[in-house]
Amino acid sequence: MDSPVNHPAHEGAVDIDGIMQQIAEHKGCGTEGGSGKASCGSGAGQGDLPTEIWEKVKNHPCYSEEAHHHYARMHVAVAPACNIQCNYCNRKYDCANESRPGVVSEKLTPEAASRKVLAVASTIPQMTVLGIAGPGDPLANPAKTFKTFELISEVAPDIKLCLSTNGLALPDHVDTIEKFKVDHVTITINMVDPEIGAQIYPWIFWNHRRYTGVEASQILHERQMLGLEMLTERGILAKINSVMIPGVNDQHLVEVNKAVKSRGAFLHNIMPLISAPEHGTVFGLNGQRGPSAQELKALQDSCEGEMNMMRHCRQCRADAVGLLGEDRSAEFTTEKIMDMEIAYDSAGRKAYQEKVEEERAAKVAARSEELEALAGTASDITVLAAVATKGSGLINEHFGHAKEFQIYELSTAGAKFVGHRRVDLYCQGGYGDEDALPTVIRAINDCHAVFVSKIGGCPKAELTAAGIEPVDEYAHGFIEKSALKWFRTYLERVASGEVEHTRHGDASIRQGALINVA
Amino acid sequence: MAFKIVSSQCTSCSACEAECPNEAISDKGTTFVIDPAKCTECVGHYDSPQCAAVCPIDDTCVVDPKFPRYQAA
Ligand code: SF4
Ligand code: SF4
Ligand code: SF4
Repeated sequence: MDSPVNHPAHEGAVDIDGIMQQIAEHKGCGTEGGSGKASCGSGAGQGDLPTEIWEKVKNHPCYSEEAHHHYARMHVAVAPACNIQCNYCNRKYDCANESRPGVVSEKLTPEAASRKVLAVASTIPQMTVLGIAGPGDPLANPAKTFKTFELISEVAPDIKLCLSTNGLALPDHVDTIEKFKVDHVTITINMVDPEIGAQIYPWIFWNHRRYTGVEASQILHERQMLGLEMLTERGILAKINSVMIPGVNDQHLVEVNKAVKSRGAFLHNIMPLISAPEHGTVFGLNGQRGPSAQELKALQDSCEGEMNMMRHCRQCRADAVGLLGEDRSAEFTTEKIMDMEIAYDSAGRKAYQEKVEEERAAKVAARSEELEALAGTASDITVLAAVATKGSGLINEHFGHAKEFQIYELSTAGAKFVGHRRVDLYCQGGYGDEDALPTVIRAINDCHAVFVSKIGGCPKAELTAAGIEPVDEYAHGFIEKSALKWFRTYLERVASGEVEHTRHGDASIRQGALINVA
Repeated sequence: MAFKIVSSQCTSCSACEAECPNEAISDKGTTFVIDPAKCTECVGHYDSPQCAAVCPIDDTCVVDPKFPRYQAA
């Protein structure tokens, strides 16, 4: 097949054979897992990020919570093979109506993937990051993964490259990762104790053998730690993903957090287990439950202080496109891409992103203004608030159209983003769906207020009855500024005795909503 | 002396393709297939057939009874 990408003439093309040969050589050099090599690790307490790190994360939607309101990412699914088996994954499950992490309907060749990246980058100018995250392990497929990176760095050099791996093969590929200027690597680490690992991983395939039980997890653990250390030594930012599995590794993740922190990991992302029986995963079938919203938050809170915690992860699918929490992948199917006229305009992209930066600066200014107004108010009340937003850091979504709510913790110290809750669409095409409302309420049941751009009379009444105040008077305002403004009035109302401050209960993490992000 | 892939089980994940020392495995669109003329059951290369060891779905890479086993027990 012809290369589907409109290369601007081929001079200066990278030496593919050389790279492939390198990849092949790397594959063979799996040295024995280096245990006990804990040497490096960055200085603790990076309260303020050094400039060179800020440059790497400031417009990366996953590495910077703030950036995720403004910048988009895409994943390309070029890597279906995997070298380990996890009890929360079922590789036979792939359905076009389904959407969940690691599940993907269209597997692409590297050439098709690079055309897709160009198509998306031309349509969505705030798309700054390309990730390869499966559906298998990108490093179990090194040839396809690195070929994709190579093609993309040729045609769209301004796009940041990003990779997710289980870490088993990572030490073999760190040099190649560095060579392709992949600045961001995510390693999924669920344990540092192989006894716990044995409950999560039935087997791994390494050095041409299948290993099982504790031995398998021991190897995986050593390779993960070695890989992380090697990334840190080279100044490549490492994010750690951990799946919180109640009763298996929930308490243990505090331990994991310490281990990765001491090896210089930049960010820790603790995600809830997704395990519905209909997925046919081992955990799904044996009834292993996922955590509740408050359990997840409590664990994240207890790890915070140790290092940056990521709270805005959407557990995206392997072909996700767009802002986090939004899925535009259906606009970019192979068929549609082939018909698209692609004009990659890097100057236009740059101009657009400069506008985004202005908007972002205005938001930061508004927040500090409101914080000043709050200063001096003494109260130890904290409340959670849910926000309906389409992005840009604004309250700009109709209650009935929100597919998720962003959750902020409000206190006199400020408005802190603490997570998001997916919900089923409450309102499809303008008609309220009777059954969806209770599930929305359950998903934000621990919140005192919900900020929306618009809301109908009926849901308003039911939210109020559930103790969640619907707030639409800050429509299209900046989230943090508006939330703090509301919080100020809330404190006043509590002080005057107009409302009684009560604690709210727990909320459920909607498994169905996590899975069906239409 | 050959393995085959049970196509109704194969998820087309491609894990086996890269591991075969004989390049006996190829992608036929919805499933992967083994060329029996090239397959040696990995004898001489590895202790166990690589396709079966890496395949995430049990009993998907299996001995093809149409071909006599390399080391008949
Ligand atoms: S899965 Fe999480 S880390 Fe990966 S792109 Fe989505 S939000 Fe970012
Ligand atoms: S048994 Fe070995 S040689 Fe035969 S197809 Fe599988 S991997 Fe290839
Ligand atoms: S490893 Fe198994 S499931 Fe994957 S392509 Fe090969 S035979 Fe199919």
